[in-house]
Amino acid sequence: MKPRPDDFAERSKHLQHMSDEELDAYFWQLVEKVVDPLIELARTHTSPSIERSVLLRMGFNSLEAKKLVDMIFERGLLGKGAGHIVWRIAKEHNIDYIEAGRRLINGMYWDDVDRIFKGVKK
Amino acid sequence: MTPLDPKKPIDVEEILKDLDKYRPRRRGWTWRKKLPEGTKLDKYEYYQISEPLKNSIPLPAAHYFNNIDPQPDVVITAEIASGRFEDDIRRMRMAAWHGADHIMVIRTLGQSHFDGLIEGTPEGVGGIPITRKQVRATRKALDLIEDEVGRPINFHSYVSGVAGPEIAVLFAEEGVNGAHQDPQYNILYRGVNPVRSFVDAAVAKKIMAWAGMLQIDGAHNANASAKISWTVMPELLVQHGINCMFSLKVGMPKENIALSTVPPMIAPTPEMRIDLPYAVALRELFKGFRFRAQMNTRYIESDLFDATRVHVLNAVLSRLTSADLQSTITPDEGRNVPWHINSIRGVETAKHTLLAMDGIQKYVKIDREAIREKVRELKMRAILMLEEILQMGGYFEALEAGMFVDNGYYPERLGDGIARKKDGEIAAGTVVPRDPDYMAPVCEHFGYNNLPEGLERPCDLIGGCTFHKPEKIQFIDELDETDNVNLRLQRVKDMKARNVIKPEVEWYADGWIQLDMTFSLPEEYAEAAALAVCEKLGLEDPTIIAKTVLHPAEGTYVEVKAKVPFEIKIDELRLPKKPETLPEDEIFDFVSKRPITVVAATVGEDEHSVGLREILDIKHGGIEKYGIKYHYLGTSCPPEKLIDAAIETGADAILASMIITHNDVHIKNMRRLNELAIEKGIRDKVLIIVGGTQINNDLAVENGVDAGFGRGTKGIHVASFIVKKLRERDALKFGN
Repeated sequence: MKPRPDDFAERSKHLQHMSDEELDAYFWQLVEKVVDPLIELARTHTSPSIERSVLLRMGFNSLEAKKLVDMIFERGLLGKGAGHIVWRIAKEHNIDYIEAGRRLINGMYWDDVDRIFKGVKK
Repeated sequence: MTPLDPKKPIDVEEILKDLDKYRPRRRGWTWRKKLPEGTKLDKYEYYQISEPLKNSIPLPAAHYFNNIDPQPDVVITAEIASGRFEDDIRRMRMAAWHGADHIMVIRTLGQSHFDGLIEGTPEGVGGIPITRKQVRATRKALDLIEDEVGRPINFHSYVSGVAGPEIAVLFAEEGVNGAHQDPQYNILYRGVNPVRSFVDAAVAKKIMAWAGMLQIDGAHNANASAKISWTVMPELLVQHGINCMFSLKVGMPKENIALSTVPPMIAPTPEMRIDLPYAVALRELFKGFRFRAQMNTRYIESDLFDATRVHVLNAVLSRLTSADLQSTITPDEGRNVPWHINSIRGVETAKHTLLAMDGIQKYVKIDREAIREKVRELKMRAILMLEEILQMGGYFEALEAGMFVDNGYYPERLGDGIARKKDGEIAAGTVVPRDPDYMAPVCEHFGYNNLPEGLERPCDLIGGCTFHKPEKIQFIDELDETDNVNLRLQRVKDMKARNVIKPEVEWYADGWIQLDMTFSLPEEYAEAAALAVCEKLGLEDPTIIAKTVLHPAEGTYVEVKAKVPFEIKIDELRLPKKPETLPEDEIFDFVSKRPITVVAATVGEDEHSVGLREILDIKHGGIEKYGIKYHYLGTSCPPEKLIDAAIETGADAILASMIITHNDVHIKNMRRLNELAIEKGIRDKVLIIVGGTQINNDLAVENGVDAGFGRGTKGIHVASFIVKKLRERDALKFGN
C-alpha cells in the first residue's frame, strides 16, 4: 500500500456518532462480509492435505495417504475425493478398501480409475 | 501402568512400552474447577482460586504460611521446546508440579513446510517434530503426570503449515486437547499460499471442533513482528475477528475459540496506559470468546530480570481485565532455547502474580469513562480497516496490496506491510474445486460432500472412520534408524549404569552450566575476561549470554554459559550430615525432669529476628514447645551482653542468630562468644549454638562454638542437640 498519513479524524466521521453497541455490531457485520467468501471457497474446494486427512480417517497410515494422494493429484482427480476413489475401487473389486488403497499404490486398477472417474472407455 | 513415584524419575522406556496399543483416556479441553469466593487457605480468603493439587511445589514464601499452594482459577501454560520429547516430558512433570496445566509443545523448525506427517522420534530444532509416536508417548506420560498432581493436564501443539488437516486428525485421534490454528499465521509468517491456508483451515477446524479442542489464534504474532508493537493494535482486532468468525462458521463453539493476546508495550514507555485500553477494547468486542493472555516476547532481551518484570506486569493486566489462560514465556527466550529452570520460573511468575492480585477487582476498578475514548478509537480504527479491505475487493486483494502487518497505525500506512499473492507462495496451485460427485466417506468433514442418501453417519460407508473406530488407526514406530529415541536413550542408560551425572539445562546431563561474574572493566574487556575465566576453569564452548553495564568504567556484570567436560561420580559424593533429632517424647521427658534455660539474641548489628523467633516460639514449633525456658534479648545484641545474661540466668545454652555475614562478621562474633565465655569461666557450663542462613555446623565448630544450624532448621533440631549434649555432660558429671 502507498504510504499515507493518519487521517483517522476525517475517515472516522461516520462512526463517531455510533454508540458502543453499534460499533461492536458493525465490526462483526463487516468481519462476516470479509469471511463469507472465504468460507464459500473452503466449502467448494479441496487440497492434498485435506484428502490425506480423509484417508487417515479411513485408517490409512501417513505414508500410504501421501502416496495415494500424490498419485491421484497427478492424474488430476483430486476433485473427486481421494477417499471416494479408493472406496469405489474397493467396491468394484469387492475387496477391503485398505487393500484396494495398497494395490493402487502398487500401480494396480488405475485403468479402472480412469474409466470410472474420467469416463475413459476401455 | 504403575503410577509415578514422586521420588523417582519418569521411566521413558516404560512409556514407550506397548505404545502401539495405548489409547488416550479423553478428548477435549479441561478448565480448572473454581472454588467458591471467600474460600480460606491457612487464614487467607481467596476469590479467584481453583481446586488444590495432590502433589505440588508451592511458591518460595509458602513455608511461612503452612505451605499453602493455592492454584489460581486461570489455566497456566508452560511452553516446552527442547527438541527431544523424552526430555520434554521430564520438564512437563516439573512444570505440572509448579502449577502448569496447559503444556504447549513447540514444533521443530520447518515442520510448517513439511507436506504430510512425520513419523518416529527424530530430534528437532527448537521443538519436536510432531509425530504420532511422540504425541502418543507425550499424552501417555501426561496421563501419569496428571494423576500424580491430581489435575487434568491439557496437551497442546500446532495445527498449521501445509499439513493442517492431517495434523488435526492426528491430534483428534491422540487426545491432544488444544492447538493453535489460524490461517492468517500460515500466510503472513510461514509464507504458505493464502488460498490453501483458508481451505485447509476449514477442514482442520471442523475436526478440532469434534475433538473439543481449544483453539488459540495467531494474531499476537503481529505484535512480535511489528517495529513498534502498539501500531498494529487495530489490525490485531481485525485478525482476531477474521479467525473467530471463520471458526464459528465452520462450526466451532464460541467457548472453544481463544484469542491469543499480548500486552503490546513495555517500559520505558508508559506501557500500562497503552496496553489497558487495548485489553478492554478486545474484551468488549470479543465477549463470549476465551482469552489466552500471552506474555510479551517482542521486547524481551537477554536479561532475565527485565523479562520477569515485564511478565509480572503482563499478568497484572490479566487480573485487572480478565484471562482464561495465562501463558508464560520463559524469561530466557531472548538468549537460549529455554531451559528447565526458566520454564519453571515463567510458571512461578504467572502463579505468583495471579495469586498476588487475587480478587483485586473488589478494590480496584478500571475507570470505564476515562478510557472510553481510547477504547472507541481502537474499535473505530479496526472498523475502518475492515471497510477498506471490503472496498479493495476482499481479504485476498487486501493481502496482495500489503494491508497487513504494516507499521503504520491504521489508517496511517507506511507501505511496508507483508504482501502475499493469492496464487503464489508455498503450495500454490494445489487447491482444486470439488467436483459435483466429490465424496469423502468420513465424519466431521467440512464442506461439500456428495454422500449417498440414507446414511446415518458418513463413515457407515466404510464401516466406521477412525473417530468412531479408533482401532483402525495405524501406528508407525520408527522410520529412521540413525535418528530416534532409542539411540538417544542409550547415552542416558550408559550414564545411569555407571552412576555418573553431569549438570543439565534442557537434555539429560547435557553438561551446560551458567556462571555469572562482575569485573571492574569496561564492557568489551569484561566479556573477554569472562571467557578467559571459563578457559582457565577448563570449560567448553563458553558463550556470553547476557551482560549489564554497571557503569561504563567501574564495572560490568556478565553471564556465561559453558559445558563441563567431566562427569561426577554419584557414589563418591559426600552429603552433609543432617542434624539428628530425638523423638519428641524423649525431649519432653528430659526437660520435665531437668529444666533447661537458654538465652537468645540476634548478635551484632543485626536486626533479622524472624529465624530466631521460629526456633524459639511455641507457635512456630520452637524449643518453647518442649518446656525449654528462654530469655530473648532482642536484636543487635553485643556478645558481652549475651554472656552476662547467661551468667545471670544460669543458662544451659546461648542461642545466637547471625544473618549478616558481611566482612565475616559472623565468624568474628562466634569467636568472640567463645573467648568471652572462657574469660568469664562459664565455657564448660554453657553450650554456644549459632544459627543463620549462611551458617553450617562445620563452620561453627571450627570457630569455637558447639554447633551451627543453617537454613531449614526447626526447633526440634536445636532442642535435640541441647538435650543430647546435656545428657552426655550430666552422665559424665554423675558418672552413670
